[in-house]
Amino acid sequence: MTFALAFDCGLAVLILAMAIWTIAARTTFPAVVGFVAYGLLLTLVWMRLAAPDVALTEAAIGGGLTGVLLLGATSRLRATEPPAVSERPSVPFRLAVAGLCTLLSAAIAAVVLLLPDPAPTLAPEAAAKLSLTGVGNAVTAVLLAYRALDTLLESAVLLLALVGVWSLAPDRFWGGAPRSLALRHRDGSLSLLGQVLPPIGIVLGVYIVWVGADAPGGKFQGATIIGAMWVLTMMAGLQTPPEISQAWVRVILVAGAAFFLAVGIAGFWLAGAFLAYPTGFAKSLIVAIEVALTLSVAATLGLLVAGPPARPVRT
Amino acid sequence: MTGATLFGLCAAVLVGLGLYGAIVHHLILRRIVAFNLLGAGAFLLFGVVARRGTGAGMGGDPVPQALVITGIVVAFSATALAVALLLRLHAVRAAEDADR
Amino acid sequence: MSLLLDIFTVVAVSLGAVFFLAGAVGLLRFPDTLTRLHALTKADNVGLGLIVLGLLPQTERPLAAVKLIVAWLLVQLASGTVSQLIARTARRTEPPA
Repeated sequence: MTFALAFDCGLAVLILAMAIWTIAARTTFPAVVGFVAYGLLLTLVWMRLAAPDVALTEAAIGGGLTGVLLLGATSRLRATEPPAVSERPSVPFRLAVAGLCTLLSAAIAAVVLLLPDPAPTLAPEAAAKLSLTGVGNAVTAVLLAYRALDTLLESAVLLLALVGVWSLAPDRFWGGAPRSLALRHRDGSLSLLGQVLPPIGIVLGVYIVWVGADAPGGKFQGATIIGAMWVLTMMAGLQTPPEISQAWVRVILVAGAAFFLAVGIAGFWLAGAFLAYPTGFAKSLIVAIEVALTLSVAATLGLLVAGPPARPVRT
Repeated sequence: MTGATLFGLCAAVLVGLGLYGAIVHHLILRRIVAFNLLGAGAFLLFGVVARRGTGAGMGGDPVPQALVITGIVVAFSATALAVALLLRLHAVRAAEDADR
Repeated sequence: MSLLLDIFTVVAVSLGAVFFLAGAVGLLRFPDTLTRLHALTKADNVGLGLIVLGLLPQTERPLAAVKLIVAWLLVQLASGTVSQLIARTARRTEPPA
């Protein structure tokens, strides 16, 4: 057994252990902590699978933002959580479910072992046209050139999710601000971190968006870091979430998708197809779309964490 | 056995574990966590397929990788919506209990 | 020269790993939150510091070395803050031993 394979085995065992912990933990809080650790370990797996772009996304969203969201929900629901094991389903039911899930796992494992060799791949096609797009990172080229429609729809899905979250607000709070994210007990060290880290984090986020054209990185990873900095300042009590009815909030949220759509429609005249870029302008358009999307995605992610409006509109 | 196959088998187990948790758990928040665990396992399968498709000087097929990045972001927004629904449900229930 | 640097890397990274191991053992064995935090900070500060120090000679460009040091400093900042938060919460909620 080579050293690399031994390392991979250790990593796989750790991940399975974290997953079992997450499912089997008696109360919610340790389960969520286990899930965050699971996300961070998955980041290492993505590096081992030679997918640094995905690793960055998994670390920022899978381990980071999802963790904040779930931990926040856990602490708000803690009072209502029934004592562990009080409402567990019966043993025969659990055994039956375990049997069926094992069957599913076995089927997927069989598929993994029977994957065709040599594996089908679109890498040569992606590499062949890379010079036409002007970007050096093939994943960015897929996201914003070859499969730009997916990314456009994705930015719409983010907005739809936010609309869904907002629509859960009671009528009297509609248009108001989400509840404050600040900790109940103000803490000097968190407020220091909230002031020292955001300048560094914003530079780092912008850097990751910028290098995403040619190296691992991109708008979702960078936007998540910027959005996380916003959430941090809100948690430190340095900022409060904005009222959702304000015009500037709405403009920032839709700017990315709207610009993307406008470029796509302009493609009909300039390049003969929806979302086609005119020759020679592909890279500058891709970078412009990334910049516009970064701001919108960062704002959307921050407001998704903040939740529905919970305060009446100030008049 | 290669590292990719190993992680593929790992992903198969993760999907099964996540599904088990999503069915068996009584608390909705635990189901959301389990469902996210299942989703991460499914993404990992994509990663294994991508890794096997090395070529043209790339470490893996970029198309599944891009799909996974999209998937992770969409999974997060779905989770945020699910958590918001859950919190609202609890708020409504608490208000009903207070009325009674 | 490069052999000397390689030996330095191996020694420093191994030593860092030992600190992480000790931190993990402390996390599992110590009785209350504050002592567990004390164990963790050793792993975070010294362990990671030694690993970064050991990796410095292996970087090809000076910029990569700067990135490693920045990563270490950011971890210091984050872990220091989080330790403070955990310790204050523990002092509020747990009765003093």
